[in-house]
Amino acid sequence: MFRTALRNVLAHKARLLMTVLAVMLGVAFVSGTLVFTDTLSQAFRNQSAKSYDDVAVAVSMYPSPEDAAKTPGLSQDVIDRIGKLDGVAAVSGRVDGFAGVPDKDGKLIGVGWSNKGTNFAPGADGKDRSYDFTQGAGPVRDGQIALDKDTALKGGYKVGDTVRVATNGPVKEYTLSGVFTTEDGAVSAGGSLVLFDTSVAQQQYLKPGFYQDATVVAAKGTDADKLLDEVLKIVPEAATAQTGQALADQQAKDIEAGLGALKQVLLGFAGIALFVGVFLIANTFTMLVAQRTKELALMRAVGASRKQITRSVLAEAGVVGLVASVVGYGMGIALAVGLRSGMNAFDLKVPDGPLVLGATPLIAALSVGVLITMLAAWLPGRRAAKIPPVAAMSSVHAAASTKSLVVRNSIGAALTALGAVLIVLGASKGGDDGRMFIAGGAFVTLIGVIVLIPLLSRPVIAVIRPLFVGAFGVSGKLAGLNAVRNPRRTGATASALAIGLTLVTGLSVLGTTVGAALDKMTTEQIRADYLVSMASGEGMNEDALAAIEKTPGATAVSPQLAGWLTLKGKGVSASGVTPGDIEKLIKLNTVKGSLDSLGQGRIAVAEKTATKQGWKVGDTLPVEYVDKKKGKLTVGAVYEDSEFVSPVLIDAEIITAHEQQSYIPQIFVSMDGGASAANEKALAKAMGDNPAVTVMDQKDIRDLFGGQINMLLNIMYGLLAMALIIAILGVVNTLAMSVFERQQEIGMLRAIGLDRRRVKRMVRLEAVVISLFGAVVGIGLGAFLGWAIGETLKSSLPGYALVLPWDRIGVFLVLAGLVGVLAAMWPARSAAKLNMLNAIKAE
Amino acid sequence: MTTSPTVSRATAVAARATDLSKVYGQGETQVVALDHVTVDFRQGEFTAIMGPSGSGKSTLMHCVAGLDSFSSGSVRIGETELGTLKDKQLTQLRRDKIGFIFQAFNLLPTLTALENITLPMDIAGRKPDKQWVDRVIDMIGLSGRLSHRPAQLSGGQQQRVAVARALASRPEIIFGDEPTGNLDSRSGAEVLGFLRNSVRELGQTVVMVTHDPVAASYADRVIFLADGRIVDEMLSPTADGVLDRMKAFDAKGRTS
Repeated sequence: MFRTALRNVLAHKARLLMTVLAVMLGVAFVSGTLVFTDTLSQAFRNQSAKSYDDVAVAVSMYPSPEDAAKTPGLSQDVIDRIGKLDGVAAVSGRVDGFAGVPDKDGKLIGVGWSNKGTNFAPGADGKDRSYDFTQGAGPVRDGQIALDKDTALKGGYKVGDTVRVATNGPVKEYTLSGVFTTEDGAVSAGGSLVLFDTSVAQQQYLKPGFYQDATVVAAKGTDADKLLDEVLKIVPEAATAQTGQALADQQAKDIEAGLGALKQVLLGFAGIALFVGVFLIANTFTMLVAQRTKELALMRAVGASRKQITRSVLAEAGVVGLVASVVGYGMGIALAVGLRSGMNAFDLKVPDGPLVLGATPLIAALSVGVLITMLAAWLPGRRAAKIPPVAAMSSVHAAASTKSLVVRNSIGAALTALGAVLIVLGASKGGDDGRMFIAGGAFVTLIGVIVLIPLLSRPVIAVIRPLFVGAFGVSGKLAGLNAVRNPRRTGATASALAIGLTLVTGLSVLGTTVGAALDKMTTEQIRADYLVSMASGEGMNEDALAAIEKTPGATAVSPQLAGWLTLKGKGVSASGVTPGDIEKLIKLNTVKGSLDSLGQGRIAVAEKTATKQGWKVGDTLPVEYVDKKKGKLTVGAVYEDSEFVSPVLIDAEIITAHEQQSYIPQIFVSMDGGASAANEKALAKAMGDNPAVTVMDQKDIRDLFGGQINMLLNIMYGLLAMALIIAILGVVNTLAMSVFERQQEIGMLRAIGLDRRRVKRMVRLEAVVISLFGAVVGIGLGAFLGWAIGETLKSSLPGYALVLPWDRIGVFLVLAGLVGVLAAMWPARSAAKLNMLNAIKAE
Repeated sequence: MTTSPTVSRATAVAARATDLSKVYGQGETQVVALDHVTVDFRQGEFTAIMGPSGSGKSTLMHCVAGLDSFSSGSVRIGETELGTLKDKQLTQLRRDKIGFIFQAFNLLPTLTALENITLPMDIAGRKPDKQWVDRVIDMIGLSGRLSHRPAQLSGGQQQRVAVARALASRPEIIFGDEPTGNLDSRSGAEVLGFLRNSVRELGQTVVMVTHDPVAASYADRVIFLADGRIVDEMLSPTADGVLDRMKAFDAKGRTS
C-alpha cells in the first residue's frame, strides 16, 4: 500500500505543489521562530556570561524610598572595606542612569531606553577593566566624558571635541577625553554609553560619595562563595550581593523568560498559519480522492479493506508532509538568519553569535508538518474508504459529493449561535471575565462559521453575482455560478482567508476605536499647550522644572511629580502639582471643595478613592511621607477621576521636601499665544536644547498615541501575513483544481466562441468571488469581535465609542479582490491555453 | 439574416475546403491526417462525414470548423478564409457563424436549458431573436423544460438542448461531432430528426461526423473518408446503402 501511496504522490506532483508550499511556509514559520529564539538566547547568554566572566561578586543597592533617606547606596567607605578583604584583587563602584548624546543634527543617538551613562572607575593602574580605550583615556575630572566607539562614530566626535550630554535635566557640555569599546549589554543592543568622572556621575544619578553597584574581582584561587559571605558582612542590609556566576545565571534566566514570551507569540501566529493551511490540504486531498474514485474502487474490488484505503491516503499525506517539512525546516533557518540581520539593519542590535541548530526545532518542524498534513487528509481519507467497490464498474466518475449538508448546517448554526451568545454575554459583562467569555465565544463562532460556510456561500455570492454580471457580462455570470458549484471547496478556501481577515479586522476595529477614545480623551482633558517629558521615559529632575518655570512666555507650569503617601495607613500614589496652575493645564472637575485649597497645603482626592476610603472634604488624615516623617493632611477637594493624574493631588513642594531625588515624568506648560513654533523653541532652549527631552503639543500627543497603535497594528498585520499568504495559495489551489476539472466545459466554451481573454476573466472572477466571500465573512466576524472586546474596555476608557475603520475595511476588500486576481493568474493562463480539441475529447 | 431560404442560396457554398492537408509530427514519425482534401458543403444541405476510425473524418470537421489548424490548403466559411485568421478572429468566427454539437459535455451544468440555448448570443453580447428562439424551442419540443438544469434532463433531452443552442444563433453552418454517439437509438433518432428538420424547414446547413450508418442515412449526402482522403460520396443515402459501402471499404482495406 505504501508503494501505491508513493507512486500517487509522484504522479500528482503538480497538483500537490500548493499543498507542499503551504505546509512548507507553516513549518518554516515554526522552525524559524525556534531557531531564531534559540540563537538569540544563546547569544545573550554568552554575552552575559562574558560580561561577568571575571566578576567574583556583584553587589547592588537600590533601596526603597524610606531606606534611601538613610543610605542612598553603597558608600565609598563600604567599597574601600570590600577592597581590603582577603582575596580581592579589585573592586569598582558603579552608578548609572540616563545619558544621551546628540548627533550633528541635534537628534539623540540610539534608542531612548538604551542611552546609558555611568562612572569611569579606574583601579590602581588607572584603568577600568570594563572598558578598552581605543583613543584617549577615561574621564578623570569634572567636564570630561568618554564615549563608546559606535556613538562617537555616529556623532562624528573626536577626542578633544566638545560634546553636549543630556541627562534628566538641562544639557551640559563636556570635553571628550576618550573613545572605548565594551561588552556592556546596552551598547551591544544598539544604545549609547557615556562615561563620567565618578564624582560627576554620583552627583548626577545618586548622591556624592555613593554607588548603586559594585563589582568585585577576586585574586586567583579565591572561592567566590566564601568571598560573598565576607562581602555580605560589610554591605548594608538593603543591599543585595551575588556571585558573578549566580548573576550570569540569573540574567540568562531573565533572557530566557523574555525570549520565551516572544517565542510564544510567534508560535501562536505560526499556529494560525498552519491552521489556515489545513483547509488547503484538505481541499487537495478531497480532490485527489474524487479523481481517483475508480482506481480506489478497483482496489476495494480486488480486496483492499477500508482501513487500507484510508491508510494509503494518509501515507500519501505523510510523504507530502515530510518532504514539505524538510524544505520548510531549511527555509526556517534562512528565515532565522534573515530576521537577525533584519533586526541589525533596523538598529535593534543583537549580540553576535553562532546559529544554534538544536534538535527541538528539527523535531518540531518535522512532526508539525507531517501531523498537520495527515490530520487534514484524514477526512478525505475516510471518504475515500467509503467508495463502494461497484464504483469501479460505473462508466463515469462519481460526481463530487453532493451529500446533503443538513447535518453539517445544523451543527454549524448551533455552534455559531452558541459562540455569538457567549461573545455578547462577554461584551455585556465587561472586564477580564468578559474577555474570557469572548475568547471562548470567538473560537466557537469561528468553528461554527467554518462549518456553516458552504451554506453561506450561496446567498452571499448570490448578492455579489448581479454586480459581476452587470460589469463583466457572461464571464461574470459563469464565474459567479462556478464559484458555488462545489460549496464545500469554496467554503474551505474562503474559510482560510476569513480566519486571517477576522483577526486583521478585529484588531483594526479595536485599534481604531481605542485610538479614537484616546484622541478624544487627550483633546478633552489636556488644556496645557505643551507636555514636556524625557525621550527615555525616565523622569526629569527639579532643575528641569525650574528651567521651564523660567521660560519666557510660560503662563502656567505644573509638574506631574510622582509621589507616594501613606494616608491613614493606606499607601496611595500622589501627583505633586503646582497649586493654582494645575487646573489651567488639565481639566479637573471638582465634585466638592475647591482645588484652590492645594495652595494652603491641603490635598485633593479623586472621587473613587474618596468614596472607597470614606474620605470627605474637611477630613484631616494622618500621613507618613517616604522619609518616614509623619504629619497631617486635610482633604480640601474631591475631583472626578482623571487619566492624567494620580488619585491624590498635592503641592509638589510638600513631596520634594521629603525626597532625595524627585522624579518628574511629565511637566505641563501653557504659554502666551498657545502652541507655536516660537514657544516650542523657547521651551527647548530653556531645557538647553536637550535632545533627550521631548516637547509635545496636543497634536503631537495624539500622534504619539496614534503612532503607537499604528505600529502595533502593523506588527500584527506583519505576523498575520504568513496566514494570509497561505490562504492565497489556497485560492490558487482551488482555482487550479476547478480549471483542471472543467477542462471539457472550457473547451466547449472556447469552441462556441468564448475568446481566451474572457476565459481568463471567467477564472479570475471566480477567484475574486471566492476571495471577496471570504473577506466579507472575515470582516463581518472581525468587526463583531472588535466590538465585543471594545465593550469590555468601556469602563477603563472614558469617551469610548465604537469606530469602524471604513477606510481600512475598504482597503481589505480591495486587497481581497486583488488577491483573487493574483491567485488566478496561473490557473487562468492555463485555462486559456487549454487545447480545445483535447479538452473536449478528454475522457 | 432577413432573407428567407431561396433556390439560389441552396446552391451556394457554405464552407469549402481546398487541397486541405494536415500533418502531425515530422520525418519518420510523420502522420498524414488529411491528404489534399477538397470538398464543398452547400447551403441548406445536411452532410454526413463517415469513415473508419483514423480516417481523418473528425480532423476534417475540426479544420473546417476553425477548431484546429491545418498544414496546407485553404478553408473558407462563407467568404472568410480561415488560414490567415488569428485565434481571436477564429473565436469570433465560431461564435458568430458556426454552431456546434458535440458528443458529450455540450452543456454548462450551472445554466438552465434556456440559458444554455442562448449562451452563444450571451457571449457575443447580442440580444437573442426571441421569435426565432421560440420557434426553435417549439420545434425541438423543450418548452416545458426551459428552466431545468442539465442534470435534471435525460441524455436525449440534453442533446436536444445542444441542437437548439446550435440553431438559436442562426449560424451559417452547424457542425456535429458524433452528436448521437452517447444516446440510445430512440433519442438518437429524435435528435437526427431535428437536425434534418432544421435543414428542410429552416434552411440550415449541417455537417456531421458519424460512424453510424443509420445516423448517416438522415443526411442528404454522405462523404466517405479513408486514410485522410475522400474516397466516395453518396447522395440521398439509406442506412443499408451506407453500411454496404462501409463494408466494401473494410474488405478493400483488408485485401490491399
